Amino acid sequence: MGVTKEGVEASLKSKLSPTHLEVIDTSGGCGASFAVEVVSEQFEGKRLLERHRMVNTALAEEMKDIHALSIKKALTPAQWNQSAA
Amino acid sequence: TFRCYSALNPELKTTLDKVVTSNKVILFMKGTKDFPQCGFSNTVVQILKSLDVPFETLDILENEILRQALKEYSAWPTFPQLYIDGEFFGGCDITVESLGKNGTRIPFVPQWGGRL
Repeated sequence: MGVTKEGVEASLKSKLSPTHLEVIDTSGGCGASFAVEVVSEQFEGKRLLERHRMVNTALAEEMKDIHALSIKKALTPAQWNQSAA
Repeated sequence: TFRCYSALNPELKTTLDKVVTSNKVILFMKGTKDFPQCGFSNTVVQILKSLDVPFETLDILENEILRQALKEYSAWPTFPQLYIDGEFFGGCDITVESLGKNGTRIPFVPQWGGRL
């Protein structure tokens, strides 16, 4: 298998410097499939579509082998703190 | 990065310009609205149906050239891909987040002035 949970985490960490990151392997044996939650300062002032593009771009290499990627959350730290409160 | 092969030639781009504006709401998906062949595509179909908006679908499994070209055209790596008013709106997660959750129907209507 070309893509691992650790690989996805490493790429997102290095590209988006998240303050919170959760990568869940959702593959049911059919190949690399992940759900991600990303909280990053870099999302500040960006629309949801742009934020998702940033995640996709950060995983450009992995996307070649990823079967399915679900971006569950792409929040700014302020939004994240608010939702946790 | 160096790309040695591009599916999106100028003619194809012109065609896609026409296709994405051919309907107010158009969904490029795996399967058809009556027979979605992937859970993500099905989710978007169900949301659009629940919003009671007219929409067209195009099955990218039927056309590999279209499939590859759209990825470049939208700069989006996966399907489904939803277009509204000729503009790329997002994939499944964005549609769920923006249109699919309880209560989003209220901002949804004024945002497009009920034109959908």
